[in-house]
Amino acid sequence: MAAIDINNVHKVYAGGVTAVSDVQLQIADGEFIVLVGPSGCGKSTLLRMVAGLETISEGEVKIGSRVVNETEPADRDIAMVFQNYALYPHMTVYNNLAYGLKNRGTPKAEIEARVAEAARMLEITQFLDRRPKQLSGGQRQRVAMGRAIVRKPAAFLFDEPLSNLDAKLRVSMRGEIKRLQRRLGTTSIYVTHDQLEAMTLADRLVVLNGGRVEQIGAPLEVYHAPASTFVASFIGSPAMNLMQGELHGDRLAIGPAILGLNGFAPISGPVTVGIRAEDLRLARVEEEAMPFRLDYVEELGSQRLVHGSVGDQTLTAAVPAETELVSEMRLAINPRRLHFFAPETGKRIASAAPAAAASVSVAQPVA
Amino acid sequence: MTYTTSPSGAGRLLPWLGGGRRVRSARARETATEMKRVQFSSPVLPYLFLFPQLAVIFVFFYWPSVQAIQSSFYLEDPFGFGSTFVGLSNYADAVFSPEYQSIALFTAVFTALVTLFSLSIGLLLAVKADKVIRGSSAYKTLLISVYAIAAPVAGLIGMMLFDQHIGPFVEMASWFGWNMRVGLSYFDTAFAMIVVAVWKQVPYNFIFFLSGLQNVPMSVREAATIDCRSGFRRFWTVVLPLLAPTAFFLLIINVTYSLFDTFGLIDVMVKDKPANNPITLVYKVYNDGFRGNDIGGSSAQSVILMIVVFALTVIQFRLIERRIHYT
Repeated sequence: MAAIDINNVHKVYAGGVTAVSDVQLQIADGEFIVLVGPSGCGKSTLLRMVAGLETISEGEVKIGSRVVNETEPADRDIAMVFQNYALYPHMTVYNNLAYGLKNRGTPKAEIEARVAEAARMLEITQFLDRRPKQLSGGQRQRVAMGRAIVRKPAAFLFDEPLSNLDAKLRVSMRGEIKRLQRRLGTTSIYVTHDQLEAMTLADRLVVLNGGRVEQIGAPLEVYHAPASTFVASFIGSPAMNLMQGELHGDRLAIGPAILGLNGFAPISGPVTVGIRAEDLRLARVEEEAMPFRLDYVEELGSQRLVHGSVGDQTLTAAVPAETELVSEMRLAINPRRLHFFAPETGKRIASAAPAAAASVSVAQPVA
Repeated sequence: MTYTTSPSGAGRLLPWLGGGRRVRSARARETATEMKRVQFSSPVLPYLFLFPQLAVIFVFFYWPSVQAIQSSFYLEDPFGFGSTFVGLSNYADAVFSPEYQSIALFTAVFTALVTLFSLSIGLLLAVKADKVIRGSSAYKTLLISVYAIAAPVAGLIGMMLFDQHIGPFVEMASWFGWNMRVGLSYFDTAFAMIVVAVWKQVPYNFIFFLSGLQNVPMSVREAATIDCRSGFRRFWTVVLPLLAPTAFFLLIINVTYSLFDTFGLIDVMVKDKPANNPITLVYKVYNDGFRGNDIGGSSAQSVILMIVVFALTVIQFRLIERRIHYT
């Protein structure tokens, strides 16, 4: 077990393509870090640089107190779980688990004990004599996890380990990974493009876009105070509504709607307004509200997602399932719940933060 | 056993479905497309499609084979004036003659050496070419292109390389004090023959090994780099076992190549040379039959070779195709 320091790491491929640029990340011992972002954002490349499967173009990676830039993957004291499991097809499950230990000269008795323990933990004891091709996807995934566990490494590296599983299995394996990591207390870096997986697993999220870190923070912190429009649209489902508006003194104009902000206006002039779907509600008659034209409805059972438009901008709102649907509705929002972003850079405008930060500090103990 | 829940119950239903398909033709076509199976409107049609292939196999393979087996029991008059039934004496003559035995021994050694070297050199080149990233296609093309050379041409080129007057290999050998006399010395001819045969077969093995290597999933190799520090050990414990199906396929192909397809090469190397040169069993079949006009003896020898091929085929199907399959 060890902390991992990623200092100003860059990855530039031979063709001159920059995959990762200037990533700075300190991972505490035992922490569960999730790297999340769309495909091509450099999250896998970053993980593979920590694993030693990709060279580090610039910067340094430290595992524990050791700089591992030039260290062979086998000597980095890490274990990796791959997306397609990467089990050795010609070996039995037992040998798949034991292979890494055998190559490190672990005594036979200890190998047996460790494999037995990992197999029991993952409930794969009855499959130890089988070959990977005789196992189902979920069982193979467990074997891949077992191969990492038996090594008792300083860190686990997960490269989208659940994306080949069906939806139901994914949810249960997700829980299992979380439980195992808690129990073993091993520092983990987990790569995924699934924001839900990222939210549920992470101690801290690292949102990556175009090879750069957009935001690092606890899941709820990232959810409630996204640092940029990219993070706002990537984290959370449905995605945060981003609308073009204009601030005049204490009033916000979005298309035809004018809303009073009760002193929460950070700047004046054009602004990108972020609104979470669940922060919108049907307005009472006397309230200031946005006129909303309903386009279509998604039924989620517990609630309804209503898709429509305000002026010429689209908007999605989550409303209680029993809400009466009419083609013209009025939606209201607490001004504290509004997010403001600079229209040119997409960066969060900070002065609205106190309100958001307040809600975060309330939410955090729950996590 | 209950009829509806047991697996054999389901099994019993299947033939019934199959029978139903033939009767209800409209439904049958739907089912057939679902199952991706082609149904012919007339039962004769598939056999018509197969006919040209079957005809070729029959005329050029089964018919001569039957004739060979038949004539192996007869002593033929060299001028075609008749034949006498001699039972197994052609076989006995072949198997018990010291000449046949020594040629059989040479064939075995030749086959073993050619197979060993062409497999291992092919594998070595494939492993190295697989690692090259820049300019890899140039290397691969160069290595593969040798395979496009026909056997007699390879034999000719080989002869030139080992020529008494202009051959660079002969000259190289002389640097080490080896007076190489290909075509005169039994050992030297054997050496040249093996070198040329290996050289001719390496590209073939290279192609298969390279594609086999590229079929080893990248992530499995990466998992191995994390699990095992030594690249050599990784190759032996992970990559090579995954290449085993390719390697065993090539083993059979190389054995048949060494036994049979080296004929053209041997012919070019020994046909106009003095007698004491190494030849393989296939070449002896040709020599005895078409030079010596001993049709019966030559047929008996070719039947023996046929049995060898049969045995190899059985080995291939029984042992290899069944046991070595991972994915």
